[in-house]
Order: sequence, then C-alpha cells, then structure tokens
Amino acid sequence: MRVLRLVAVSYWLHLKMIAVSVFEGVFQVIWPIYFATVAFLLYGRSDEPGVLVYAGLGAAVMGIWSVVTTTASGLLQRERWLGTLELLVASPTRFALVLVPITTAMASLGLFSLVSTLLWAWLLFGITVPVASPLAFVVSILVSVFSVALLGFLLSVAVVRYRTAWAMGNLLEYPGWLLCGFLVPLTLFPSWVSWISYALPPTWGMQAIRASAHGESPWLDVVMCLLVGLVYGVVGALLSETVLRSARRHATLSLT
Amino acid sequence: MTSLRIFFVGGLISFRALFNWLSPWIYVPSLLVAPIVQILLFAYMGRAAGQESDAFYVIGNAVQYSAIPCLFAMANTVAGERWTQTLGIVLVTPANRVALFLGRSLPVVVNGFIVSMFSLVVGGLLLGVRFPAASWLPLALIVGIAAVSCTGLGLANAALGLRVRETAVMSNVLFGLLLIFSGANIPVDALPGWMESVSRWLPLTHAIEAAREVAAGATLAAVSGLIGRELMLGVVYGAAGLVALRLLEAEGRRRATLEIQ
Repeated sequence: MRVLRLVAVSYWLHLKMIAVSVFEGVFQVIWPIYFATVAFLLYGRSDEPGVLVYAGLGAAVMGIWSVVTTTASGLLQRERWLGTLELLVASPTRFALVLVPITTAMASLGLFSLVSTLLWAWLLFGITVPVASPLAFVVSILVSVFSVALLGFLLSVAVVRYRTAWAMGNLLEYPGWLLCGFLVPLTLFPSWVSWISYALPPTWGMQAIRASAHGESPWLDVVMCLLVGLVYGVVGALLSETVLRSARRHATLSLT
Repeated sequence: MTSLRIFFVGGLISFRALFNWLSPWIYVPSLLVAPIVQILLFAYMGRAAGQESDAFYVIGNAVQYSAIPCLFAMANTVAGERWTQTLGIVLVTPANRVALFLGRSLPVVVNGFIVSMFSLVVGGLLLGVRFPAASWLPLALIVGIAAVSCTGLGLANAALGLRVRETAVMSNVLFGLLLIFSGANIPVDALPGWMESVSRWLPLTHAIEAAREVAAGATLAAVSGLIGRELMLGVVYGAAGLVALRLLEAEGRRRATLEIQ
C-alpha cells in the first residue's frame, strides 16, 4: 500500500511540475507538431488512399517517444542541479520506485502531444483518424506510454555518468521516429534494421494502436509492447542499484 | 582598431565561452549526427510517400540544419552572458555594438557552414547520392551564404533574448518554422499559396532552391538571383537584429531587466 501511495503521489507531483514548464510544454506539444505538419504536407502529395490517416496516427504517437527521450536522459542531472538527488537516494525507498513514476509522468505528457496532433491534423488538414475499437485503442496507448516510460527509466540511469546526457537524449529522438514505424513503414528498411525496431517498445505500441484503429486484434502487439518495456524496466532497476553503489563509493553523486 | 579587435578577438572568445556545444560530447551528437538522422528520416518519408529524390532531402535538410547552430549560438550571445551574469558588464562598456555583435556572428557563420557541409557530404554518402564534382564549389558558396543569412535571423533572435528568458524555446520555434516553410522537405511551389508567400521572406528558402539547381547541373550565374535574394534577406534580418538589440538594450536599462534570469 505504501508503495502504491508513493508511486501515485510521485507521479502526480512530477506531472504537475512538468506540465507547468513552458520549455517542456513547447517541446512536448509544439515540437512534434512541426514534424507532423511536414509529414502531412509531404504525404498529402501522395495519391495512395489512407496514407494521411497513417501519417496522422504515427505523428500523433511520436510525441510520446519525444517527451521521454528528450527529458528522461537529463532526469538525474536535473535532480542533481536542484539539489534533490542526494535526498532521493538517501530515502529508504528503492531508487527504481522513485524514478519510474517520474518517467511515467514524462511519458504521460506525450498524451497532450497525441491529442493536440490529432486536433491539428483534423482542424488544419481535415484528417480524421477513425478508431474501430476505442477500448483497445485506449489500452494500446496506455500500455505504450508505460512501456516508453520504462525505457526512459533505463535511459535515465544508463547515462548518469555522462554529464551532457541531454545531448544523447536529443539524439535519440529522430532515430526513434525513423525506426519505430511512426511515419515510415518498417518494410522500407533493410532486414537488420527491423531487429533494432522490434527491440524498441514503441514499435509494438504503434502496431497495436494502428491495429485497434483499423478494427484488427491488437492484443499480441500490446503484450509484446508491455514485455519489451518490462525488460527495459528490469535492466534499469538492476543498473540503478549498480550505479548508485558506484556513485556512493566514489563520492560522485552530487558532482555536476 | 579597437572595433576590429572587438570584432575578431572578442567574437572568438565569446563563441568559445558561450557556445557550450563546442564540447565534443555535445557537438558530435547534436551537430554532426542529428542532421544526418534528420536527412534519413525525411528521405525515407519521401520514399514512403513516393515524393522527390533522395538528393532533394539531402540538400534541403543539410542546408536547413545550419539553423540549429546559427540560431542557438546567436541567442547564447545574450542568454549565455545573462546566465554567467556578465551581460551587464558587457553592455556597460562603450564598445561599438555593431563590432561587438557582428564579431560574435562570424564564428557562428563558420560553424553553421561546417555543420551543413558535413551533413551534405555524409548524408549524400549514406543515401548514395552523388553530386557532380563541378558543383561542389558553388554548393559550398551557397551553403556559406545560407549560414550568413540564417545568422542574420539569429541576430534578431539574440535581440529577443533581451526580453525573452526562454531563448532555447524561441530558437526551436524558429527552427521548426524554417523546417516547414523553407522548402527543405516540400517544394516551395507545392506549399499552399500563403505559405509560399511567407517562405519567400525567410532565410534558407532561396539557398536551398539554388543548391538544388546547382546540384542538378545549373551554373552559379544561373542561380545568382536566388543567391542575391538570400544574401539580401540575411542583411535585412541582421540589420533588423542590430537595431532591435540597440532598442531592447536601452529598454532593458530603463526597466532594469537586463539581468533577470
């Protein structure tokens, strides 16, 4: 019960903190819309039927990836600058339980981007995304958010020794957009690239979202998205303990 | 002589001090790898949509990406000084403001040129795009002019930095507008009418168009009109930026807001 309360309070607190930041707001809502606009203009010139719906759905979801990669990588550095990292580490709670709600709050902010991109597509480009199975659609989105949050958790601890981790996070934004099937079908890539794509939870999440929108069964993709995300979460939890031990031993926890 | 020293020495020192992306840990992922992935992203989108050639996206995005170093570095000439609490010290000096800010622009132009040329070469190699050997020199010239022109917009962006605290957001907003309107990924004449009109007044649009024509075999003389318009826009934005810097500096002094973080 204490754990659930911790997770819920931490999630809500960080969601409020992130949501009021102009910088985060612009990044998470407006930034993907720029790319969505280019995608709509570009795909709008194609004669293929249904291609704009494909682009609309993909562009809407890619904000979830953006928000996590661009902010999670700098998560620990930010706590360090705020002077709260030592307090978080010193608390009796497992470090993973402190970080996962934060990255989940970050990923949830991607939902703003999703809704705003769908509205943008509808209002300016007349693109309506038909959703055949609303329940499956919502479940697919929520599972995608959670899985991407777990990936963000691993990212945040993996780059903790890298003082300019934000640059690494920013770098991951475009490759994710390219490789996860948001705007480019995976069939266009060489087969070895597909292996990378399927190791990333948003690829499965995007497939689940598209399947549920088209009225097909998304459940296998939903389960795979969750499983891949959990693998990232477990690796992140193990890594976070190692990283913390190392930082404590070398007294580098608060070094900016 | 003092103005020349401020222009060259001051500009270089300021660039090294304030453009913290010069660390290879930031420079390589942000300014060398990111533009390549942007090129790949749009080239593959183009392939998926059956629109344009790979060369179209390589040139468009390589030139457009110079906006990142040019806009961000220029904004940092103000925001960076404010962050290190030296803005007041800089602005209290009697230094010639034109030499001061243009000096800070010169390394930015060189950096923007390097980023774009690197993207052009590596992006082309990765996608198997070959440009005629004779086109490389004119391409380099056009890319250099694009960097000048975008740095002109960067000067205006820097001026806004005297009033807007979130200069990174401002720079991203401008970068996004250039991505949509400059014709980097959609031919300007394929944009809706009002967007096409806007794009003609933005930096990079004419340079991208000229670079594509040169890569397709046109001579430099054939695209001189486009190059001239690009250069003119850069000068206009730069001049507007210098005037705005002067006005907003005076405003900042009057309202005592120069150093509010």
